[in-house]
Amino acid sequence: MRASLFITCYNDTLFPQTGRAVVQLLERLGVQIDFQPAQTCCGQMHANTGFRGEAYSQAKRFVQLYRDTECVVIPSSSCVAMIRDQYAGLFEELGNEELRRQLAALLPRVLELSEFLTDKLGVEDVGAYFPHRVAYHASCHGLRGLQIGERPFKLLAKVRELKLVPIENLDRCCGFGGTFSIKNAEVSTAMLDAKLVDLLATEAEFCTALDNSCLMHVGGALHRRNLKMRPIHLAEILASTEGIAT
Amino acid sequence: MSGPVMDPRIAPPFPDAALPILQNTQLRKNVAHATDVIQAKRNRLVAEKQDWQELRTSAAAIRAHVLANLGKYLEEFETNCTAAGGVVHWAKDAAEAGQIIVEILREENASEVIKIKTMTSAEIQLNPALEAAGIAAVETDLAELILQLGEDEGSHIVVPALHVNRHQVREIFARKMGLPQLPDDPEALTAAARTYLRKKFLSVSTAISGANFLIAESGSVAIVESEGNGRMCLTLPRTLIALAGIEKVLPRFSDLEVLLQVLARSATGERLNPYNSLWSGVVPDDGPQRFHVVLLDNGRSEILGRKVERQTLQCIRCAACLNTCPVYRQTGGHAYGSPYGGPIGAILTPQLEHMRHAQSLPYASSLCAACYEVCPVKINIPEVLIDLRAQVVDQEREESRRWFDPMYLGMKVANFAFGDAGRFRMAQSFGKLGLRFFTGKDGWIRRLPSLGSRWTLSRDLPGMADQTFREWWAKREAEREKGAR
Repeated sequence: MRASLFITCYNDTLFPQTGRAVVQLLERLGVQIDFQPAQTCCGQMHANTGFRGEAYSQAKRFVQLYRDTECVVIPSSSCVAMIRDQYAGLFEELGNEELRRQLAALLPRVLELSEFLTDKLGVEDVGAYFPHRVAYHASCHGLRGLQIGERPFKLLAKVRELKLVPIENLDRCCGFGGTFSIKNAEVSTAMLDAKLVDLLATEAEFCTALDNSCLMHVGGALHRRNLKMRPIHLAEILASTEGIAT
Repeated sequence: MSGPVMDPRIAPPFPDAALPILQNTQLRKNVAHATDVIQAKRNRLVAEKQDWQELRTSAAAIRAHVLANLGKYLEEFETNCTAAGGVVHWAKDAAEAGQIIVEILREENASEVIKIKTMTSAEIQLNPALEAAGIAAVETDLAELILQLGEDEGSHIVVPALHVNRHQVREIFARKMGLPQLPDDPEALTAAARTYLRKKFLSVSTAISGANFLIAESGSVAIVESEGNGRMCLTLPRTLIALAGIEKVLPRFSDLEVLLQVLARSATGERLNPYNSLWSGVVPDDGPQRFHVVLLDNGRSEILGRKVERQTLQCIRCAACLNTCPVYRQTGGHAYGSPYGGPIGAILTPQLEHMRHAQSLPYASSLCAACYEVCPVKINIPEVLIDLRAQVVDQEREESRRWFDPMYLGMKVANFAFGDAGRFRMAQSFGKLGLRFFTGKDGWIRRLPSLGSRWTLSRDLPGMADQTFREWWAKREAEREKGAR
C-alpha cells in the first residue's frame, strides 16, 4: 500500500511531531509513505473567511498535485471536510470541467487518518501502547462534516493500557472556528471556557482529537491556566509503542 | 438602562454587541438553562420518530419545491383567499407593509390592536410604526407581553423572553400591572397575565397575526401556538390582519401533515402544538368579518434569486438552530442586533438588509454545523454563511482602506505564501524568526501583537519547533539516500 501524506500547512509549521507520528505509524503498518514537498495548504482558512478566489487557487493546486496519487492521507478532519464539501462548489463557480472531473476522480482517494486506518487498511489495533487517561474531543468537522462516527473510538479502544474517559457535551464546539477565534475572540473564549469545564471534569491526562486546530485552541487555554492536561493528536497516541518514551 | 438595539441598520457589530452580554452572567445562565430544556425535549421527541430523517427530507423537498414555484403558488393563494372573502395586499418592503396595516386600522377607527406573536412584524418594526400612527399594539403572547411591559427586546424566535427568568417576570408584572403582592410562582404569573389580557381580548376589535403557513390550494392561513391567545385573536375581533413573508406558502393542505410534525418537535419539543388554527377567508357570523393578508417581500425575492442563499427561505422559524448553537448559547439573541438571532438570523438578517448592514453576522459562527444537523428543512446554514462571507469580502475588495485591515492583509500575504512551496518555506522561516521574539523559555507564546493579540487574549500558542515537518522529511530523505548509496 502506498499513500501520500498531505500534512497540512499548520501541522507542517506548528505541529511537526504529528507528521512524524503519522509517518512512524503508517510505516510500522507497512504503508509506503511519500511526501510531496510542493504541497502548501488546502485553502480552508481562505474559503471559510470569505476569500473565495484565493481558496480556489489553493484547491486547484491540491488537485493538480495529487490527481495521480493512489491515496492521500490527511491527519486533519477539517482539511478533509474542506476538500470534500467545498472544492466542488469552488470549481463549479471558478474552475472548469477538467478540474471538476479530476476532483471527482480524486475525492474517494482522499482520506482522513482514522478513515485510512479503519476503512482502507482495515486495522483497529495498530499496536500502540499509551498508559494514560485520555479524553477524546470530537472536532466538529470530523463529527458532522466527515461523519467519522466510531472510527477514532475503535482505534483508541485497542491501544494498550489507555483509559478512555467520556466527556460531557461531546458534540459541542470548542469555539475555535479558524478566524472566528480572532474575529470573535471573546465569544470564542466563552465557548472554550465551557469546553474546558467538561474536559477538566474527565480528569484526563491527555486530550486527543483528529485535529490539531481544536487542540491548539484547547491546549492554548490549558497552558495559559497552568493546567496539567496536555493536548495530543490521535496520530501521536497511535504511534506510541512500548519502549518509546511518550 | 438602555435596551438592546435590535435594528440591524444601527446595531453594533456582533463582536461588540456580545461584549456586555458576556458579562451578564444571569442572562447567560437563563439562556443556557432554557435552551438545554428545549433541546432535551426536542431530542427525546425526535428520537421516538423512526422516520425523522425521511420527514426532514420530505419537509425540505416541499419547501424547496415551493421556492422553485413561488410565483405560481402565491397567485394561487391570492385567488383562493380572495374567493373565500379575504383581501390580499402585496408589500414590497417594511415601509409599505406598515402603511398598508396602518391604513386598514385607520379605516377601522382602531386605537388599539391585539397581536399574536409574529416575527415578521418585528422584522418590519411594526409596533413603532403603529405607535407613530397613534395605534397601541398589545402583545398577547405571554413572552411578548413580558418583553413589551419590561421594555425589552426578544432574544429568541420561538421563546423570545427566554433570557428573562420568573423572578424578573414577577418584578415586571408587579410594577406594570400594579400588583405589588404578586408571588413569583408560574401559576400566579400566568394568572396575572390572563386577567390583564382577558380585558383586551374582550374589548379590542382588531387583531394582527403572522402566519406559520399559507395554503395555496385553499387560500388558508395556519397559525400554531401554545397559549390559546392566538385562538382568541383569530376568533374574537371583527377585523383580522395576517402579515406573512411571501415564502410562507405551501401548495396543499396535506403538506401540513409533514410540516406540523417537524415544526412542533423542532420548536418546542412537542408532538403537536397545543393550538393549531386554520382559517380561510370570512365565514358569516363566525369569527372576523373582515380579513386581510399582507404578503411581504422585503428582500425575499432577491434571496430567491441566489443559488446558494435561496435555501434560507425554506426556514419555518422553529429555532432549533438557536437552541443547539454554541455561539447563541453564550450570547443569546440580543447580540445579533435583529429579531432574527442565532444561526438562521446570521444568514437571514444581512440578506434582508441587502448585504448593506449586519455584515458581521455571517462571521458570528464557528461553522460547527450543529445548526445544519438539527434543521428540520435541511438548510445548510454553514454553506450559506460561507457564501455570505465571500460577499462581504468581495465588498471589501472594492474599498481602498482594505489594506489597513490586518485580517485582509494577512489573508493576502498567506495566499501569496501558499502559492508555491518555495514561498511557503520562506514564510515559515520568517515566521520562526519573528515568533522567536515572542516565545518564552518554555517554548510557548503568551502575548502577540495586532491580530495575534486576539488569540492570546485567552490562549497561549506553541512556539515553532526547530524543524518544520518538511525540513525533517527532507533531512530524512537525504540521509536515506546517503545510506542507500
